Order: sequence, then C-alpha cells, then structure tokens
Amino acid sequence: MEFNDKHVMGLKDLLYRMADDLLILGHRNSEWTGLGPILEEDIAFSSMAQDKIGQSLALYEILQELGESDPDTVAFTRNAEQFHSCHLVEMPIGEYDFSLVRHFFFDHQSALRMEMLVDTVVEPLQMVARKFKGEIKYHTMHADTWLKQLAATEESRLRIQTAINESFSMALGMFESSDYEKELIEANIFGGEDELKAKWYETVSEKLMAFGYTIPSLDSEASNGGRKGQHTEYLQPLLDEMTEVFSIDPAADW
Amino acid sequence: MDPEIPTISIVDLGIVTKIASSEDKQAYVQLTPTFSGCPALKIMEEMVKEKLVAVGYEEVEVETSFETQWNTNLISEKGRAALKQHGLAPPPKHDGYIELDVLSDTPCPLCNSRNTTMQTPFGPTLCRSMHYCKNCSNAFEAFKPVS
Repeated sequence: MEFNDKHVMGLKDLLYRMADDLLILGHRNSEWTGLGPILEEDIAFSSMAQDKIGQSLALYEILQELGESDPDTVAFTRNAEQFHSCHLVEMPIGEYDFSLVRHFFFDHQSALRMEMLVDTVVEPLQMVARKFKGEIKYHTMHADTWLKQLAATEESRLRIQTAINESFSMALGMFESSDYEKELIEANIFGGEDELKAKWYETVSEKLMAFGYTIPSLDSEASNGGRKGQHTEYLQPLLDEMTEVFSIDPAADW
Repeated sequence: MDPEIPTISIVDLGIVTKIASSEDKQAYVQLTPTFSGCPALKIMEEMVKEKLVAVGYEEVEVETSFETQWNTNLISEKGRAALKQHGLAPPPKHDGYIELDVLSDTPCPLCNSRNTTMQTPFGPTLCRSMHYCKNCSNAFEAFKPVS
C-alpha cells in the first residue's frame, strides 16, 4: 500500500522512540563503566551500552533516508523536548538494583518490539529488527540471570522488589500511544503499542512470578509524556554531558 | 584481516556479502556487521578500500549494509580453525535458532574438553564470551553464536 503523510509521520515517530530510547539508555549504561559492582558486570553494562548505541545509529540512519538530518546532528544537537524517549531510560543509574530492573523491563520490551517488527512492511526496519533480535537475546539472558539469582536472599529480593514497584509506572510509559497508532497498524508498519504492552506484561509477569517476585497491576498509572517531549528534570543534564565534547567544535572532523 | 582477531580474514569471517568490479578499475564491496555496535566496522571499510587501491582499483566503494544478515554459520572452516589458533573457541553451528544453554559447554580451545562453564556472555569485544575450563584450569574466550 502507498504511504500517505500520516503513515510517514507515524513511522518517523516510531523510529525516533526506538532510537532515542537506545541512545539515552546506552548512555546511562555506560555510566557503569569503571563502577560496576564486579568486573564482569562492569563489562556487561559497557557491552550493552555499546550494542544500544550501535543500534540507535542504525535507526537514525533509516531516519536520514526518510529525510531527517544526519545521525550526529540528530543525536547531538536536539534539546530534551525534541527527544521521543520514555522516562524510564532517562532516570539516573541509581543503585544497582534499579539499573538491573530497568534493564530487565526495557530489554524484554525491546526484544518483543523487534519480534513484532520482523514482519513490518518497511524493509530497512525489517532488516535491523532481525539483526537486533539476536543481539538483545544476550541482554535479556543477562537480566533474567541476575533477577533470578537475587531472589535468593531476603535482602536482595526485597531490594529488587522495591525497584520493581518503584519503576513500574515508568516502565508502562514505554508504551505511551502515538498519535498515529491507527495508521501504523493499518499499513502493517507496526502492530501498535497496546499489543506490545500486552505481550510484554505477559512475559515479564511470568518471569517475575517464577523468580519469586510480585508485579504491580497493568492498570497502574503510567508515567507518560516522554514520547511527546515532556521529560523529567534528568534528561537535559544527561544531554548536556553527552554533547559536551561535540559542542566545543560541532564542525570537527573525527 | 579482522582488526580485533588478526588470524582470520574478513572473507573467512563471512562478513563480505557482495563484490563487484568492472574493467575500468571500479570496485564495490558490501560488508555486513557482526554486531551493530562493532567499533571495528569503519576500520574494516577503510582497510578494504586501501587494499583495493593498492592492487590498482581507482574507484572503490565500500558499504556496510544489513541486507544480508551475518550469523556465525557464515564463518568458514578455515575461519573456525583460525579462531581456534587465536585461542578463541569457535561458535557452535546452529540451525537458525539459538538456545543460549549451548554456551555452557563450549569446548575448550586449549585441551578440547567440554567440562567448561561460561563466566559471562560479555567479553573484551562484543562478539566474545568468557569461559573457564575445569579440565585444564584455564580461562578462555569463545566467539558467541549469533543467528
């Protein structure tokens, strides 16, 4: 089917959501470099950061083909209100329990989103979705291993449970509806945020219960706004730090 | 040669997915990334260009594309031997679907024992995991299977 303006706008919004989430969470994950509780974890979060930033680049390149600016300009010159990322990814790394729970919630979302996009009619997106799926498998395996392990002692179980309860509304913000849900679904671009949310809740609740945690209800209030450019106080300082070197000389040739 | 694993050529690694050349000294090479965040990609593009210019091509285009998806089955037999020579356990062959349990009994590249455990799926580069051999008591790295 022929895409009209609304289809293209919807597709761009979808790509920006995904790319911005990956760029911002990639940056947050990299903040564990050198600070991880053990060496292997330090490397794990650094590797996942590298994967996520690489994936965001591939998505920004698709946006460039659709007429948006080049990836560096898009990544490094926008202000917070121009980012389509959700609140969950912009929160500071906090304690390790929060970072692990965010990683668990986000990466299962990411894996399922790619699973859905393997069938998109947008060919370049289909190709990257297939690619990312294989990479994310290692991320969800890492998250599952730790959440399972940390259910073993009362203190660690309680800390993870608290992080689950406190970050749940932000996790729901990952699925904030787009203005173009109907268009994306009818054109077979993407099956929609609601379908993804249902799949995600089924997956994460099954896992959390098997590990010995409880999960808040799907009716909990969602921390929305991120997809529309309304962010928490934490995003702009992150962007200022991320773009510090770039801003010294935006025309520099690397 | 792969800049991170100098014993294997990028052809044996399976990342060269298209080549074309013409009589008037033009060449086109398409590469596919092992991992999207692989920092060696740009370096490899440059290396391919330099090599082709050195053998006489005047107009060389090297492009990285996801069109053909790389997976570890694309590593040739010669490539698998080269990985082992570099001390890296070659990835197990797969039929398109990977259960990550295969990582737990990766054969040791030093003594070939399967009595090994995976320490972490994240190694010094994105494409490697870290293991320990309970037979010869050596730590080793493996090339991660990717579908």
